[in-house]
Amino acid sequence: MAPDLSSNFIQASKWTADWQNLFYFEVGIFVFFSALIFGVIIYFAAKYRRRPGNEAPPPTKDYLPLEITWTAIPAGLCVVMFLWGATLFVHNALPPAASTEIFVLGKQWMWKIQYSNGRRDINELHVPVGVPIKLTMASQDVIHDFAIPAFRIKRDVVPGHYTTEWFIATKPGRYHLYCDQYCGTSHSAMVGWVIVMEPAAYAEWLSGGGGGKSMAEAGGELYYQYACSTCHDTGRGPSLAGLYGSSVKLNNGQTVVADDAYIRESIVNPSAKIVAGYTPIMPTFQGQLGEEQILQLTAYIKSLTKQDRVEGKAAKQ
Amino acid sequence: MSTAVTEIGAWPRVHYLNASYGWKSWLFTTDHKRIAWLYLGAITFFFFVGGAAATLMRLNLIQPQGSLIEPSTYNRLFTLHGLIMIFFFLAPSIPAVLGNFLIPLMIGAKDVAFPRLNLLSWYIFMAGGTVFLYSVMAGGVDTGWTFYTPLSSTYANSNVMSAAMGVFISGFSSILTGLNFIVTIQTMRAPGLTWFRLPLFLWSIYATSIIFILAMPVIAITMLLLMLERFLHFGFFDPALGGDPILFQHLFWFFGHPEVYVLVLPSMGVISELIATFSRKRVFGYSFVAFSSVGIAVLSFLVWGHHMFISGESIYSGLIFSAFSFAVAIPSAIKVFNWTATLYKGSISFDAPMLYALGFIGLFTMGGLTGLFLASLAIDVHVHDTYFIVAHFHFIMVGGAVMGYLGGIHYWWPKMTGRLYSDRWARIAAVLVFAGFILTFGPQFILGYLGMPRRYAVYPPEFQALNVLSSAGASILALGYIIPLIYLIWSARYGPVAGPNPWGAKGLEWTTASPPPAENFEVTPVVTEEAYAYGTEKSQPA
Repeated sequence: MAPDLSSNFIQASKWTADWQNLFYFEVGIFVFFSALIFGVIIYFAAKYRRRPGNEAPPPTKDYLPLEITWTAIPAGLCVVMFLWGATLFVHNALPPAASTEIFVLGKQWMWKIQYSNGRRDINELHVPVGVPIKLTMASQDVIHDFAIPAFRIKRDVVPGHYTTEWFIATKPGRYHLYCDQYCGTSHSAMVGWVIVMEPAAYAEWLSGGGGGKSMAEAGGELYYQYACSTCHDTGRGPSLAGLYGSSVKLNNGQTVVADDAYIRESIVNPSAKIVAGYTPIMPTFQGQLGEEQILQLTAYIKSLTKQDRVEGKAAKQ
Repeated sequence: MSTAVTEIGAWPRVHYLNASYGWKSWLFTTDHKRIAWLYLGAITFFFFVGGAAATLMRLNLIQPQGSLIEPSTYNRLFTLHGLIMIFFFLAPSIPAVLGNFLIPLMIGAKDVAFPRLNLLSWYIFMAGGTVFLYSVMAGGVDTGWTFYTPLSSTYANSNVMSAAMGVFISGFSSILTGLNFIVTIQTMRAPGLTWFRLPLFLWSIYATSIIFILAMPVIAITMLLLMLERFLHFGFFDPALGGDPILFQHLFWFFGHPEVYVLVLPSMGVISELIATFSRKRVFGYSFVAFSSVGIAVLSFLVWGHHMFISGESIYSGLIFSAFSFAVAIPSAIKVFNWTATLYKGSISFDAPMLYALGFIGLFTMGGLTGLFLASLAIDVHVHDTYFIVAHFHFIMVGGAVMGYLGGIHYWWPKMTGRLYSDRWARIAAVLVFAGFILTFGPQFILGYLGMPRRYAVYPPEFQALNVLSSAGASILALGYIIPLIYLIWSARYGPVAGPNPWGAKGLEWTTASPPPAENFEVTPVVTEEAYAYGTEKSQPA
């Protein structure tokens, strides 16, 4: 016999309660108006069916108040649903600043998960209960979509962009993870599990797993391997210490905030935004660095504080 | 209006079907009625090809592990099903078959404005269809009907070029058909046939033609860019070539959402005709129904971003597109309420076309209401790209568009062939289609709510029961589609003679013989009354 369906109804993240409220409201609208239309049609069909004496009924005049009524009531309900859905969406669009960041890399046909300390997962995402988790997602090839129905969330993972989604898991357990954007031959095999753990168990799990290099350490190695240091530590290129999150003046007078997307773009398409006072001499690293390596380099750049510039941390390594 | 009504049972000696003989008289015809038959033959073929693909998919989904076919085959099947049904069945269905046949008859004209262009449109359609069928024969295409980049432009190893070329070509057929219809309705109406005396079917076709002309060039451009990127590596969409995959989605859905209304607006027009005829009432709120067609056509161009709430468009874009998507629901609601009100104090008969019409109203209502879930930003975040979407758009496109098409075919079949089909079998088929449809697509709403993604060849075992229900429904639905094919073909030869107006309907098309003469009317009719002037006859003089 087929396994139990009930696990799929589970609400396992913080926003699911709000989500369900709106969903039930809309189910109510659906049931009410479907029943109304079906009911009225069946009633009229029975009452006014053709029979002797009812073969040529006189015409019915149009009636403006009725037209206004059945335009205004659905319009009012639509405004309510729009505002409700929009408010919920906007309030949950951006992750809290204190979120724990986990990196998700989609490729045909698997999910690679990277935790900041260097632990990796394939097709499994481990998260602690009760902590805001922000997923920073990139794709190595085509568009994928990271969907967790038990959390009522999903987001496309688009090549050439970083996308993010976030959640606070509320119930320990094991939940389906799907790729929801059709991505080629084995799309339906690009599935996995989200494992929500108690914080202590999670901490223990996270520290296990072979003790590899953290993402920033791996990025630091790439930094020298690809000779980034020959310019960025010598003044030929802008220093990267303290760069992350700061405002950068460009040579066209604009100012941009150095976030993940800016750093990624500066690696794969360096001439797109030139820092004021520097010449566009950096070559593109598109095709040489995969999305995973770019994420590691970004983690390394994030780890460089202003203080590091003074102390020359980069040079010491 | 005419004395033709008294000739019930009359079989015209010469009519458009026997006015000339031989294959040349069909393949080189410029008679809009014969061109309608050319389209009918072609799209019936495509419908059953697309339906066969759906049948194989539903068979495969009976088992969670999809034991019947490989995922790579499954992916080709849903791509073929989507492309054929959208571009080679639904888009031409009502406009090119019923529209072609009826527009001149309904406005009292001898033909459409550009008869040779009309024939050319069919040849372009067939050229597009042939190129597309080549891509299927050569091994198929596995990108999904949406051709999302960079999967389609760089990664897919299937016949993307020929499939895209087929779509590219067929679009021009729709553009020319739309142009032809607009000019015909605009300039060739019989004396006295003012805009507000037009049958509502023509308002719908007019609105549809506007969308054809504005939206079809966009899909042609999009397919062209896709082919340039795939073949010559121009970097429009693939980030590895310097492009942006989201740009493709904007272009595709700027065409794609108006296209949805291309599919359902003509059905809405058919439903207005059927409800009026079979309840012997003028359509309640005629002008509201008419202008809601125009409103839908305009708003349909402002909602494309609701396909992209979770694909990386900005929050602000999401808000705007969500608001417009709710707005487009209002004119649809107005239509449903007015159709329902038309039944009030009517004289309702339940001939087969009316069963389709009532079924349409019910299923379209449910399809429309579930669209509100998807227009809600927050709700869409969960149900997007799941079976909820699949169920929603099948309620609109099959429960709506196909029901309207079948209702229209059954309604005007006696006019097209001059003969009646078995009403009993037709009613049985209509009930089978309705019941089979609900059983096929109802469970898919639940599957989607539970998170089952669309386009999955294999799925978690707990979803099996609902999938088996859906597949069982599909088998009933298939039966409901095959039965009409049999009795309609049978009736064209052996059916009882219909006479000019078997339903006692208003409208110019019912004042001429069935089948009509090649030139439609012996004398150009003069219109002196509103559409659907039921119950206004001066009491019969003794």
